[in-house]
Amino acid sequence: MSEPTIFELSKPQRKGVRFPRPDVPESALPEGFLRAELPLPEVSENEVVRHFTRISQFNHAVDIGFYPLGSCTMKYNPKINEETARLPGFSQLHPLQPEVTVQGALGLMYETQKWLEAISGLDAISLQPAAGAHGELTGVLIIRAYHRSRGDNQRVKMLVPDSAHGTNPASSAMSGMEMVELPSDERGNVDLEALKTECDETLAGLMITNPNTLGLFDENIEEASRLVHEAGGLVYGDGANLNALLGICRPAENGIDVMHFNLHKTFSTPHGGGGPGSGPVGVVEKLKPFLPAPMVAITKEGDQDTPPLYGFVTPEQTIGRVKAFHGHFGMVVRAFTYMLSLGENGLRDVAMTAVLNANYLQALVKDTYHIPYERLCMHEFVAEGAWDDAPEVRALDVSKRIIDFGFHPPTNYFPLIVPEALMIEPTETETKETLDRFAETLIQIAKEAREQPELLKEAPHEAPFGRLDEVKAAKDLILKTELPEDYGK
Amino acid sequence: MYTPHTKADREAMLKVIGVEKVEDLFECIPSSGLFPDLGLPEGLSEMEVLSELSFISSVNETTQELTSFLGAGAYNHFIPAAVDSILRRSEFYTAYTPYQPEIAQGTLQAIFEYQSLIAALTGMDVCNASHYDGATAVAEAVNMAYHRFRERRKRIVLSPRLHPHYRATVHTYMEGMDLEIVGEDLEPDCGTEELIQLIDDNTALVMVQYPDFFGRIYDFTELGKAAHEHKALFAVHINPIALGMLKPPSEFDADIVTGEGQPLGVPLSFGGPYLGLFATKKEYVRKMAGRLAGETVDTRGQRGYVLTLNTREQHIRREQATSNICTNQGLIALASTVYLSLLGKNGLQDLAELNYHKAHYAAEQLSTVPGYHVNMEVPFFNEFVLHCPVPAAEVNDMLLPYDILGGYDLSKDYPSMTHELLVAVTEATDRSEIDYLIEVLEEESYE
Repeated sequence: MSEPTIFELSKPQRKGVRFPRPDVPESALPEGFLRAELPLPEVSENEVVRHFTRISQFNHAVDIGFYPLGSCTMKYNPKINEETARLPGFSQLHPLQPEVTVQGALGLMYETQKWLEAISGLDAISLQPAAGAHGELTGVLIIRAYHRSRGDNQRVKMLVPDSAHGTNPASSAMSGMEMVELPSDERGNVDLEALKTECDETLAGLMITNPNTLGLFDENIEEASRLVHEAGGLVYGDGANLNALLGICRPAENGIDVMHFNLHKTFSTPHGGGGPGSGPVGVVEKLKPFLPAPMVAITKEGDQDTPPLYGFVTPEQTIGRVKAFHGHFGMVVRAFTYMLSLGENGLRDVAMTAVLNANYLQALVKDTYHIPYERLCMHEFVAEGAWDDAPEVRALDVSKRIIDFGFHPPTNYFPLIVPEALMIEPTETETKETLDRFAETLIQIAKEAREQPELLKEAPHEAPFGRLDEVKAAKDLILKTELPEDYGK
Repeated sequence: MYTPHTKADREAMLKVIGVEKVEDLFECIPSSGLFPDLGLPEGLSEMEVLSELSFISSVNETTQELTSFLGAGAYNHFIPAAVDSILRRSEFYTAYTPYQPEIAQGTLQAIFEYQSLIAALTGMDVCNASHYDGATAVAEAVNMAYHRFRERRKRIVLSPRLHPHYRATVHTYMEGMDLEIVGEDLEPDCGTEELIQLIDDNTALVMVQYPDFFGRIYDFTELGKAAHEHKALFAVHINPIALGMLKPPSEFDADIVTGEGQPLGVPLSFGGPYLGLFATKKEYVRKMAGRLAGETVDTRGQRGYVLTLNTREQHIRREQATSNICTNQGLIALASTVYLSLLGKNGLQDLAELNYHKAHYAAEQLSTVPGYHVNMEVPFFNEFVLHCPVPAAEVNDMLLPYDILGGYDLSKDYPSMTHELLVAVTEATDRSEIDYLIEVLEEESYE
C-alpha cells in the first residue's frame, strides 16, 4: 500500500509547471551569491496530482466518517465556507493595503469581533492569535501585563487544574509564570479547598477549561472565579470546549476575564490535518487596553448615507504583536460565514444537539465502559478503555480496533487524571444512526476484549497500514529524504 | 442544515438518557445566565449567505484589480491550479493532527515530504512540521536559543533589517524572559560589521534576514563565524523563492533557518493563514519546538511515518516544554509541499530569476524618473528601497487614484526613512504595470 516519496518519483528535466519567459531585459545575476545546486525533485503535473491524491486516500477524515476525537470538535465543515474564503475579494488582498481599499475585510473582522463578544459576554476581541495555544499565550501575557501595570509584579502564580490540556501549563511557563497544579474534586470540578490555599498576593490567575476536559461543566466555576477575584487574580477561560455553551450561557457571566476561542473547533473551520487554526482572544473591559495590536475598530462613525469607516487601532497598553499582520483572516471569513448561516437560534441548536449526542452516546455505553465521573455530561465524556477481567487490553487497543469499523478512535490517554482514558466527542453534526452504530461497535469490542483479546492487540486489520513502530522512528530518527547521490548521473 | 435530528430521533434519545427535554441536560449550569438572549440575527440560507459574503468581498479592491507593488513580507505570486485542487481534497482538509498513524498516512507522508523539501531548499538537516508564520518562527528561534543556553545567556542580536513585525513579535513572546535585545537601533543601512561588534559571550542568538527586509542580499559568512566564535547560535530568516537562485543559509553555517512560507503557493488572504518555516542542524533537533514526522515501518513491513520525538512537546512535558505550540499550519504546509513538487528544481530557479529580472528592470526604470533613486550597489532580489523626492506617504496617496499600490512606506517602522518606499516586483507583475507606474510618476513629477 506504500506510496513512493515525491523524491522517488523524480526524473531529470521533468517539470510540473512552466513560467513565461521574462518580458523585460535580463539583468546580470549576483555573482558569488548563486547556489551551485538545488536538489528538489522533478515531477510532471499529472504525477504530482496522482501522488498527493493517492496519499490522501490513506487518511480518515470527517468527510469520510465519524471522528469522535475528544476535545477537538471534529464537526462537519460546511462547503460554503470554503467558497466564501476563496472569493477573490478576500483571498487576493494584501495585508498592508490602505484601509480605504479593504473596508469589506475590515468590516467583516469587526462584525466577527461583535459576534464573539455577544456569544461570550466579553467586551472586546482580538482576532490576531493563530491557534488555541497561541491565544493562551496571548491571554496569559495580558494577565501578566495587567498585574504589572498596577505594580503587582509579585503576581506570578498561575493555577492550572490537573485535568487541563498540556498547552495550559506550557503557555503559562512560556510567559514567565510559575505554574501550580490544582487537583479535581470527586465530581470532576476544581477542588475549591485546594484553590483557597493558593489564593494569596502572588496569585496571577486561574486557567480553567469549562466545560473541562472530562466533558463536565465545572459546578464550582462561579465560586472559583469569586475566590480568585477576591484574591486579586484573574480567570483565564480555555475556550476549547465552547461548542457546548453556544447560546446556553456566557463565560463572562461565570466570571471569566479573558478567554480564547478555537475557530477550528467551535466555528467549523477545517482542522486541515493539524492547522491552520485560529484563536481569537476576548477580554473584559478592564483588560481591553492590553489586547494585542492591531485590532479593528470603527475609526469614523457612519450615518444614514455613509457606512462607518473601519481601521486598525493599537490599544494603549498593548502587549504588542503576537504575529505578523492581522491574524488568520481566511479562517475568520469561514467562521463568519458559519455564524451568519446559523444565527442566534442555530448557534444554540449546535450546543444543544452536541450535548444531546454526547449524553446519548454516554448512556448507550456506560454499562460497558466505566465512566469515572458519571454525571450528565456536556459535549463529550471520558470513559475507561480497560477492564479488570481483560488484563491484556489497554485503551490504545480499543482505539486501534475501532479503526476496523470505519470510525476514527476517540482521544487516548487524555485527560491524564483518568487511567486508560477514551475521550469521546461526537459533535452535533452526527445522526442517531451513526451514534447507534458506534455504540454497538464499542460494546462489541468490549466483548472481544474478554473473548478474543488478540483481535484488539493486533488491530487495526482493515486499515491501509498496521501499527507503526514508534520506537524505531525515535531511534533511527529519519526526518527527511532526498534525491539519491547519483541522481541525474 | 448541519444538525440532523428529527423530532422522533430527539425523543428517542432523550428517553435513553432519562430526561424529558434537552434543556434538562443543562441543569448543572447556574440558572441566572442560562439561555441568554444574544441579540444576534436569525440564520441565513446558503443562497443568502453567499450573496452577503460576495457583497462584502466586492467592497474590497484586490491586488488583481489594482496594480500592486506591495511586498514587505507577503508577496503576490502565481499559484498553479493543482495546488488548490489538492488542498480541496477533504481527506486532507477535514482530518486533524495524525494521532492515529494507521489512518493518517496521507497527512504524515505529506509532512515528511514537506520537511524533506524545506531541508533541501535551505540546506539544513531537519525541518519541523511548521509554525504559524514567519514572525512566530523567528520568535521560536529566539526561544530555542534562550533555552539552548539554559536561560543563562541573555543577549539576542537582531538585525534592524529583520522584518519589523517579526521583531515586535519577539518582544511580545520574550516579555517575561529578562532578555537584552540589541541591534534593532542600529542605522537601517548598517553593515554586518556593526552587528558583529554587538556579539559577546553573553549572546545566545544572532539573527538576520536573507534577503533582508529591504530585499538586499548580503554574504553572512563572517557574521556566522563571529557568532560561533562566541559560541552563540546563528539564525537566518529566508524568503523561500529567493533560495531558488541564492546560496542556501547552510553555506553561512546557520544553526537555525526560519522563513515565511507564504510565497510557496499560499494566497495573500489579507495576511493569513501563512506558514512559518523552521529548520535546524541535527544536533539541535531535540531543542526544536513543533511537530516532527519520522520514517518507520508498520507491522506488515510497509514503510510509513509517525509523529516522533513527542517527549519534547507540551502534551507530554507540560510546563517543562520549551514551547506551547500544538496545532501547526498543516494544510498550508501541504500547499507549499505541492507547490514545491510542481515547480521542482528548474521551476523554482526559473521563478527566482524571473522575479530578479523584473525587479531589476523596475529599479532601473524608476531610477530614470527625476527625483527618484534606487541604490543599485548592494545586490537585491525582488524588492528594493525607492528613494522619493517627497515623503513616501505622499507618493502612495498620489498613486492610489491611479489604482496603484505604490509600496510599503518605510517611515512606519524606520522614522528616519521618511522618503523611502519598499517596492516589490514578482513574476505576477506585468512589464506593462511597471511601465504604467513609471508613466504616472513622470506625469506627476515633483521636480
